[in-house]
Amino acid sequence: MISGLTIALASGKGGTGKTTVSVNLASAAAAAGYEVCYVDCDVEEPNGHLFLNPCIRRSYPVNVPVPVIDTEKCIACGACGEICQYSAIVYVKSVLTFEKMCHGCGGCQLVCPVAVITEKGREIGVVEEGEAGQIAFVHGKLNVGEAMSPPLIKAVRAASQENAIRIVDAPPGTSCPVIAAVKDVDLVILVTEPTPFGLNDLGLALDMVKELGIPHAVVVNRSEPGNNLVRDFCKQREVKLLAEIADDRRVAEAYSRGQLAFLVAPGYQAVFDDLLNSIVKEARR
Amino acid sequence: MKIAISSQGKELESRVDQRFGRCSWFIVADTETGDYQAVSNDQNLSAAQGAGIQSAEIVSRQGVEAVVTGHCGPKAFRTLNVAGIKIFKGAEGTVADALEKFKSGALAEAQGADVEGHWS
Repeated sequence: MISGLTIALASGKGGTGKTTVSVNLASAAAAAGYEVCYVDCDVEEPNGHLFLNPCIRRSYPVNVPVPVIDTEKCIACGACGEICQYSAIVYVKSVLTFEKMCHGCGGCQLVCPVAVITEKGREIGVVEEGEAGQIAFVHGKLNVGEAMSPPLIKAVRAASQENAIRIVDAPPGTSCPVIAAVKDVDLVILVTEPTPFGLNDLGLALDMVKELGIPHAVVVNRSEPGNNLVRDFCKQREVKLLAEIADDRRVAEAYSRGQLAFLVAPGYQAVFDDLLNSIVKEARR
Repeated sequence: MKIAISSQGKELESRVDQRFGRCSWFIVADTETGDYQAVSNDQNLSAAQGAGIQSAEIVSRQGVEAVVTGHCGPKAFRTLNVAGIKIFKGAEGTVADALEKFKSGALAEAQGADVEGHWS
């Protein structure tokens, strides 16, 4: 029995089907008897719960450290403002802090010559844990208007079960939140669609995982007969194309009702079983 | 009085930049003598974040008492406020026009930010 395997589903472009593939894969893995944990790291808009309907058992806030300055004892040297790369502290006549800009590096505390900077926590969101049938479930919900998602994503990943196959639903894009979601996973599946937009962003995502040195493969969602865009791209870039999921109205209808194609669309049990097997094989390679 | 005007260029004939945090230049002018110099704001043009704060720090270091610009976001406003710098918004046309309007008292002092951060 496989344990402690982490698979991340990522994409450059949004809306290619990361969540669709993730939740169906999680269900396929649970049905196959694996211990599985679905880990929704798309904390800006987590929506895996809409399909898995988890029972939430535990919920807790995630804080990031932000500086507190004792302005009475501050000697107004400006060293904290100089070291801060994010304009979270600035010195103009007195020291001003902008908590939402702070990345929590602690640099200001280190350079303060009179040690008048302490830390307090600022809440950026919550982690919710529970289970959906046989699937262990964890997701993060970033507070509205909050820009600092990586610490919450890290907390979500830390909350996922050790021994399970962990299916990490990553946010779209190629920047810090995605990197926090895919860092150190065993395999990244880049989900794409066979369109010029999908392809362009797949290229960016591919560059990202290569830079990070993470094993990866591609899955095409909404694949159309005769459309070789992604196939040609994968051949040219020497990336493994693991599977193609057909553009099928029944999958879209299941999605729009919040249902799992794995359970309701005829033939898709086999599609996701096969995909699961190829992924596990690829990750173990 | 020393003031800073957000500008698209280095001259008095340059257009006023409507953006404070992401203007190309600050024309730092002395309203009594008419002397002026251009201070580059290049570092903040493409900053991902914190442009308003950093720009406020730059003009503060120039020792100005007032800023004349088009619009001003919340973080820039707060920083300028703490720095004791007055903000005059709604300037348009050339830097020279804005300077004259300021001197004649035609620009009203801002009591708060009038745009969101990253508005333009």
